[in-house]
Amino acid sequence: MQTNFTEVQLRDPAIQVADSILRSCVHCGFCTATCPSFITVGDEDDSPRGRIYLIKEMLESGSAASAPVAFHLDRCLSCLSCMTTCPSGVDYMHLIDHARTHVEQTFRRPWHDRGLRAVLAAILPYPARMRWALRAAGLARPFVGLIPQRGVLFARMRAMLALAASERVVAQGVGDVTAQTVHPAQGTRRGRVLLLAGCAQRVLDPGIHAATIRLLNRMGVEVVIPQAAGCCGALTHHMGKHAAFVAQAGATIRAMTDALDEETDAIIINVSGCGTVVKDYGFALRGEGPDLAGKAAKISALAMDVSAYLLKIGYQRTRPESGLTIAYHAACSLQHGQKITDAPKALLRQAGFRVVEPRDAHLCCGSAGTYNILQPEIASSLRARKLDTLTALSPDAIAAGNIGCLTQLAGAGIPTIHTVELLDWMAGGPCPAGLKS
Amino acid sequence: MIALPAPNPATLARRDALVAGLRKILPAADGVIADPVRLKPYETDGLTAYRQMPLAVVLPETTEQVAAILAFCQAQNVRVIPRGAGTSLAGGALPLADAVVIGMMRMNRILQIDYADRYAVVQAGVTNLGITRAVEADGFFYAPDPSSQLACMIGGNIGMNSGGAHCLKYGVTANNVLGVKLVTITGDIIELGGTHLDAAGYDWLGIIIGSEGQLGIVTEITVRILRAAEGTRAMLAAFSSNAIAGACVDAIIGSGIIPVALEFMDRPAIHACEAFAHAGYPLDAEAMLIIEVEGSADEQTAMLERIKEICSAFAPTSLKISQNDAESAAIWKGRKGAFGAIGRISPDYLCMDGTIPTSTLPQVLARIEALSAEYGLKVANIFHAGDGNLHPLIMFDANQAGQMQKAEAFGADILRLCVEVGGCLTGEHGVGVEKRDLMKVQFTEIELDLQRAVKSAFDPDWLLNTAKVFPLDRLPARASLPHAA
Ligand code: SF4
Ligand code: SF4
Repeated sequence: MQTNFTEVQLRDPAIQVADSILRSCVHCGFCTATCPSFITVGDEDDSPRGRIYLIKEMLESGSAASAPVAFHLDRCLSCLSCMTTCPSGVDYMHLIDHARTHVEQTFRRPWHDRGLRAVLAAILPYPARMRWALRAAGLARPFVGLIPQRGVLFARMRAMLALAASERVVAQGVGDVTAQTVHPAQGTRRGRVLLLAGCAQRVLDPGIHAATIRLLNRMGVEVVIPQAAGCCGALTHHMGKHAAFVAQAGATIRAMTDALDEETDAIIINVSGCGTVVKDYGFALRGEGPDLAGKAAKISALAMDVSAYLLKIGYQRTRPESGLTIAYHAACSLQHGQKITDAPKALLRQAGFRVVEPRDAHLCCGSAGTYNILQPEIASSLRARKLDTLTALSPDAIAAGNIGCLTQLAGAGIPTIHTVELLDWMAGGPCPAGLKS
Repeated sequence: MIALPAPNPATLARRDALVAGLRKILPAADGVIADPVRLKPYETDGLTAYRQMPLAVVLPETTEQVAAILAFCQAQNVRVIPRGAGTSLAGGALPLADAVVIGMMRMNRILQIDYADRYAVVQAGVTNLGITRAVEADGFFYAPDPSSQLACMIGGNIGMNSGGAHCLKYGVTANNVLGVKLVTITGDIIELGGTHLDAAGYDWLGIIIGSEGQLGIVTEITVRILRAAEGTRAMLAAFSSNAIAGACVDAIIGSGIIPVALEFMDRPAIHACEAFAHAGYPLDAEAMLIIEVEGSADEQTAMLERIKEICSAFAPTSLKISQNDAESAAIWKGRKGAFGAIGRISPDYLCMDGTIPTSTLPQVLARIEALSAEYGLKVANIFHAGDGNLHPLIMFDANQAGQMQKAEAFGADILRLCVEVGGCLTGEHGVGVEKRDLMKVQFTEIELDLQRAVKSAFDPDWLLNTAKVFPLDRLPARASLPHAA
């Protein structure tokens, strides 16, 4: 597609990147068909091609983002379904990341929007604050009926309380397994990995890390959790809060780098939303000085989703087949962001489950980080659509590799369980809490 | 560049009042788009060389709303541009500055499926592939399959009488539509055809299908759905030159075999598509054919054997038969994504769409090659070789001054060549704005006058998708289209 940047604009390396991405889009419109927001809203401005156009106009004009541009870019889930579809290989992810930063830097949102974003950015990445917030939300839950039915602000409040008081069954009494740094391999050590402890998942469902560590240890892999590596920065990154992202990601990268040794096979990530961002550190932090940029690239190169690592080292089941049917829900960050589609299904089959997949598996469930709080209307419509296709399969449980999806899809009468918990169970671990009930 | 008419100043001056009127018809907050920032992405479709901001965009959800909008526009003497998915490669959805764009994408429901009588009733904003997706679990499909079938909408398929790779056997849109609900410019809702082929009287559907949204707006369509074949298999045959592959196509068609699809790709196309689809295309070949057959396993094998035999006479550099559905799917993913995949090797392209008698294929390909050297612009050739529907993609860089004009001139030469060898200007993309001024190469003034009279009968003031299809001279007086300077 034709672009109109001035020579001066093109001296900015970030604009150069944006220009080459825009030029690779031929405006064919294929991507519109698989975009969850376009399918839900039915407006070119809420399609990938429309957003690419909006971003092109905004960047070419060199001016501040306008309210309509912010509005339509905010409605993008960053699910990256458009990238899977695009025949031309348009790098939408880096374009929207750039645009979100531009919006955050040049556009002043309404007070309540700004406030909510600030609150989310101040709580979610910090486990201690998040625990506190969940308790407070639990206390507020009985008053949910008092929240007015109309207005985006109130819809967001209701969405937040609903998530905080999720009916999802999680393992109790696990404690914080991430407090311990080294989890030694059982038997002969076959490998050594670092595990990203992260933030929200650790609070919402500590059983996932516990299962990951148990399973890897049992398979002869030493798991090391660098204590100073917290939030990966995905949350602030997707809000366009670049400085906060660099601070969070930088801390995690340095902690990870310090813990690396010659024998480290991989950095394991079991939240695919984080995995997509960690794998992109090398690009996202390329302008943050040679030291951090170099380390970032190295961390990105080592990052692996837990499913890919398990498949590589050879997972094996030890328990008899359960006879259970598992509906595999492909998290967007895994299927589109990291292009990992077969590994989790192959592992679940190896674990003896009957694996089924919903229709329109490429569509997002509406979780998308904080999207379900910020855009409750589109998110709940996508949730309903996804649950319809999942329940049509009458599965015993829904498996996914991303805590956001697990929370989003909970509450419909089917347990939602992290893939790794099911794998751990069939290899000798405890039955996942969600299945016991 | 093809000229667009100057906008009607009276319409532009009443913009706010018109928008307010439209908002009364579509009260939903986002049903009418008038903010210039929001309008911008609607200024073009799949033919980005042409761009024009519309007056407003409306997004109706019901046939009644479409009717109210059209009645309003006629009363106000405002031009109207129907738009589906905006994938037209001929600029079929290109707006005019004084026109209201009616976006059909919210009318995306499948209303009825009848397996006993093999038809489905769908709204115009359902995607082409969406129909097949809705019936495939029960063993049915909707046959026409344009490359953009993932995204393009059935309403637009009606407008352009779209074809696709499998039209060789199953025919184009016109052969697969049984009835339509049409809203006229007066806001009247009429039904044409029904649920079976061959309605009484004139072939009204034949007039509507392919009329490029100039006679009315189709909101509901009754399509024929067919029982899917027992199985299909695709074969890749690679050759050492375009001309040899072209001759092989002619030999296959000449032998009386009708494969379900017979597609041609040349070297640049093979490489771009392979990078996208990883289908195992032969990267060392100069040209490649995708040949698909269907039926029972035995029928498939027998047909493939015969085709292989024919191909062997043309010294193929490789012959490969897909071993399973996943391999076939990858082969088609590459072919269907071909136009977009060209974006990997060139920032811009013009996709031509002409039809020629298959026997002239080698000659036409050689001439295109010569023209390519003359203009200094590369071409990737992708087309439905079986029915002689050519899609040469002229690659250029719109950021370089003058290249767009050069590409257009090259394209016009190719289309003239098609007419010269006994073919025609458009295979399946429609005339749109792209080929408007070339219509005189194909038709005499008398023929064009008769066609214009048909449009006038449906739309006396020429408000519907005007400035497309017909050259701007000799328009009827009531069309009142000011000539472009
Ligand atoms: S599919 Fe790719 S090339 Fe086509 S419009 Fe979308 S982003 Fe652009
Ligand atoms: S990332 Fe997802 S929501 Fe955003 S434009 Fe792409 S497909 Fe649509």
